[in-house]
Amino acid sequence: MSIEVRGVNKSYGDFVALQDINVSLPTGQLTALLGPSGGGKSTLLRIIAGLESADGGSVEIEGTDATRLPPQKRNVGFVFQHYAVFKHMTVAKNVAFGLEIRKRPKAEIKAKVAELLELVHLSQFAHRLPSQLSGGQRQRLALARALAVEPSVLLLDEPFGALDAKVRKELRDWLRRLHDEVHVTTVFVTHDQEEALEVADEIVVINEGRIEQIGTPDQLYDEPANDFVMGFLGEVTQLGGVRLRPHDIDLSTTPGAPHALAGVIVRALRVGFEVRFTVEVEGQTDPALVVLSRTHARALDLDVGAKVWLRPTTGATSVPVIGAGLGVATA
Amino acid sequence: MTDTLVPPAGPAPSRGRPSGRVKASSGRFPLTASSGIGLGVALVWFSVLVLIPLAAVIGAAAAGGWGAFWDTLTDAQTFAALRLTVVEALLVTLANAVIGTIVAWVLVRDQFFGKRLLDVVIDIPFALPTIVAGLILLSLWGPDSPVGVNIVNTRQGIFLALLFVTLPFVVRTVQPVLIELDADVEEAAASLGASRFTTFRRIILPSLVPAIAAGSSLGFARAISEFGSLVLISGNTPYETEVASLKILKFLEGDNQDGAAAVAVLLLIVAVLTIVALDVISRRVARRG
Repeated sequence: MSIEVRGVNKSYGDFVALQDINVSLPTGQLTALLGPSGGGKSTLLRIIAGLESADGGSVEIEGTDATRLPPQKRNVGFVFQHYAVFKHMTVAKNVAFGLEIRKRPKAEIKAKVAELLELVHLSQFAHRLPSQLSGGQRQRLALARALAVEPSVLLLDEPFGALDAKVRKELRDWLRRLHDEVHVTTVFVTHDQEEALEVADEIVVINEGRIEQIGTPDQLYDEPANDFVMGFLGEVTQLGGVRLRPHDIDLSTTPGAPHALAGVIVRALRVGFEVRFTVEVEGQTDPALVVLSRTHARALDLDVGAKVWLRPTTGATSVPVIGAGLGVATA
Repeated sequence: MTDTLVPPAGPAPSRGRPSGRVKASSGRFPLTASSGIGLGVALVWFSVLVLIPLAAVIGAAAAGGWGAFWDTLTDAQTFAALRLTVVEALLVTLANAVIGTIVAWVLVRDQFFGKRLLDVVIDIPFALPTIVAGLILLSLWGPDSPVGVNIVNTRQGIFLALLFVTLPFVVRTVQPVLIELDADVEEAAASLGASRFTTFRRIILPSLVPAIAAGSSLGFARAISEFGSLVLISGNTPYETEVASLKILKFLEGDNQDGAAAVAVLLLIVAVLTIVALDVISRRVARRG
């Protein structure tokens, strides 16, 4: 195990940021800490890096107890949301910083910097100042700087949070490819479930200072441990006594299917290739949301006011509703 | 646009401006009407208040000819006064650059009881009439000193008075820069293995140097021109504690306008040179990292 976190607690005054956190992250894996803002995921990352100290518990990095070690001694690379580049240094100097501190020979530093700038596609900008780079380029610079010291783990705190949607998606793909190339144990914090599902080998869902579930993207999506995980990883609606995904509902214009619930379409909204129907279901306070492909919807010739029968598709992922009418994430 | 093929003979045409709407000046840097008025006001203001009087004093210094100017400055007593002024001002500037930065650091980074009060008190030396500053120093360090130390008529007294009146400059220029510094950057340096000292020297200090230099220039300019507090403290003994500003007063009292102007011009040159030098140093250091 590369990172072993045991029984970590952290409070700020009355606010409990983390509560009895236990997690072990295997070497070479790309892990996402996923959860809503203020849920404690960044705090956990900063505790692993030594930028924050835990009130209790222990942190082990590559077999050494790091609980009491200052950040300088942990050999972790840390990438910040707002880049935290050294503004008065050139791109090359930024990357060289960690190596210069370690008093490596000049020739070695030069070679290593060239290699890393190549890796992050910034070679032609080596002599520029960070102010002359775009946001995405600055973040790649920050990543190269962190990788320069050959850290045993690489920690990224909302690394793409400050970038616009298109660059974010590019960098996300690029990070995955980079990880496949470099193989350093990587943990990144995100509140974007799509980002986590797409990039990570494993996802740790954190909410209100607790771990809700740990698993691969498939496990989390197909077998959510609870309501929260299910709601956080994708759209959820309610049908009868269960909560399930809107695309996991079978819609039929004729009665007859066993356990089908009758309802009336009150709203139809076309978004690109899909059509989203809001259906008032008999004996249910919140309406159900059903998503069909456009072709399917057209074939059924559906419109507002039509009477329909709904039931979960076979093999649909669902969790029971906790307390009737407590639908949280219904759209 | 039939003339697009003809290379323009005159000044470059203004780009991106609909021609014919506003009568733009056709100079190298075309101005709109409003910015033209703004520039005019600024120049007139600056000329009346600064440039013309400066020219007048340089004219006065030159009136007696180069020989008279040179004789005044090389006069042993005048030269001693100038040297004392510049040396004291440099020492004070150096002390301020270090202590002022530390004070600013404490005010920004540390939490303690009375911090906000201290933050206000810092400005007192700046807000006080300098003669009052002199009186304050006299009451503690004068002939009737309650602690038994008399600094009147000593160079230490001049140093202390200058320190007092120039205290706020570096503090006030460094403080806002320090507040704006990202904590991220220091954490990044730490996780890359930099000690607190290395982080300060290689990351924080380069960001502060321009502010320290700016504050130091202001402090230095204030120090070489200081008059009010020194009238009471310095004692004005020729060769010993006579400073340039008091020397100018002496020249004027002796009806030696040319001498006064000569000293004034030299102080002006020293001030300009120092400000330029500090600016160059700050650029160098800030770039090197």
